[in-house]
Amino acid sequence: MTGIVIVGAGECGTRAALSAREAGFEGAITLFGQEGGMPYERPPLSKSDAGAVVRRAICTEDTLDKAGIEYRQNIAVTAISPETSRLSLSDGSDASYTRLLLATGASPRLLDCIGSEHAQVLRSYEDARAIFSKAVTGKSAVIIGAGLIGLELAASLRKLGMSACVLELGPRALGRAVPEILANRLVLRHRAEGVNFRFNCQIDAIASDHILLAGGECLPADLIIAAIGVTPETELARQAGLDCNNGICVDDQLRSSAPDIFAAGDCAALRRPDGTIQRFETWRNARDQGDLAGRNLAGAEARFSALPWFWSDQYDLGLQVVGDVSGAPSARRTISPDNDILFWLDADGRLIGAAGLGTGRSAAKDIALAERLIEAGVSSSSEVLSDCTHNLKFLLKCAKAA
Amino acid sequence: MPWIDACATDDIETEDLIRFDHDGRTFAIYRSPDDEFFCTDGLCTHEQVHLADGLVMDYEIECPKHNATFDYRTGEAKRAPACVNLNTYPVRTEGGRVLIEV
Repeated sequence: MTGIVIVGAGECGTRAALSAREAGFEGAITLFGQEGGMPYERPPLSKSDAGAVVRRAICTEDTLDKAGIEYRQNIAVTAISPETSRLSLSDGSDASYTRLLLATGASPRLLDCIGSEHAQVLRSYEDARAIFSKAVTGKSAVIIGAGLIGLELAASLRKLGMSACVLELGPRALGRAVPEILANRLVLRHRAEGVNFRFNCQIDAIASDHILLAGGECLPADLIIAAIGVTPETELARQAGLDCNNGICVDDQLRSSAPDIFAAGDCAALRRPDGTIQRFETWRNARDQGDLAGRNLAGAEARFSALPWFWSDQYDLGLQVVGDVSGAPSARRTISPDNDILFWLDADGRLIGAAGLGTGRSAAKDIALAERLIEAGVSSSSEVLSDCTHNLKFLLKCAKAA
Repeated sequence: MPWIDACATDDIETEDLIRFDHDGRTFAIYRSPDDEFFCTDGLCTHEQVHLADGLVMDYEIECPKHNATFDYRTGEAKRAPACVNLNTYPVRTEGGRVLIEV
């Protein structure tokens, strides 16, 4: 086997395989997946509706066949030899590559307390089935971690009639990625739906049916979930001697420190021109980096520059975030009582980030426009951005015409 | 196929779209930057999200959920995650009304 080989058949790896073919690559493309079945989307797993876990395929078998992509499921790549361009496989055989993409993703972080094995984690379809098979009306769920996955699970489990309590080590929910104003609105909504929160909450031990908190309190629980973030899957890369630093280090063409080996998606730590390292854990980054890695595997030299973007759905609220939203927002645009858009400007007045929370998809159009304004390097002011009568599309058209 | 009176031309802003429901089906009707009108199925082919909250830029509609894009004149899927095209329907305008044949 020579040609392009991709390790990991999630959103990123699957997109990369299709993208390499779309870019005109004519050699063999092989996609290795550790799980069985067609590659599937992970975002629906935390948003079960009526108790059913949705396994939405990323593409059909037919699509892969027509693209001439060989999909090898239920096989793990166990070692890489960059010197000989060969791979060892879990079935005992080996394979060679001309160019390799590591799209190995990330694994849920585990708690390091006694009994941590009693907490379910969510990453795969099987994980989701295990969680939702225990979602029984009237029973209690305790979710450790008030991040996006924890809150989406809390909403899904409440809708199924479970009681839900969220335990968070930090002082607030969604502390890592979501602006405080919007995080607080989401927490208010969860509380209105009957979810309990405990912040600054430390766990001593977990048993099959309860959690022991620091301080001695015992919380009974029928279902215990740990949603405390993920760790990038770098083991293969590390063993192969590739540079790793909270992810597989790549340049802006997504090349690792070894020739002909690329990395993309959750597992990739992107070194930016200013020397900082960024790793993204979003569905869209997996798609965008996979798309670009596929083109570069096929011989292009495209550079990655897409903005971070993510969404979350909780109850009937939709959150969308684009760009850099750290620190205090520069402007707040209230479109309706339940639809706020926040904007962030840099020191020169250029728009660098936006976040919106509204019913359904009501924030989507403004965030899509904000993304284009950021990409176009448009400067604005707090006054203009706070004022709904200033149309964002008009701002974009003016900037493009200038 | 019958022609259905869907809305007034002024109901849709230039370079925008509206939702139109008829007979248990849902559609999206677009007004292009040069004030031509087009009609497609209302739901994104990827996850059945309505396109009405999406952004129209030039001749493309971006799905409000996962940024799939389609050329609304032809229905062609232009960007992943969508890989299935949208159905399109004939449109004509008459006396300030937008008629669609569905």
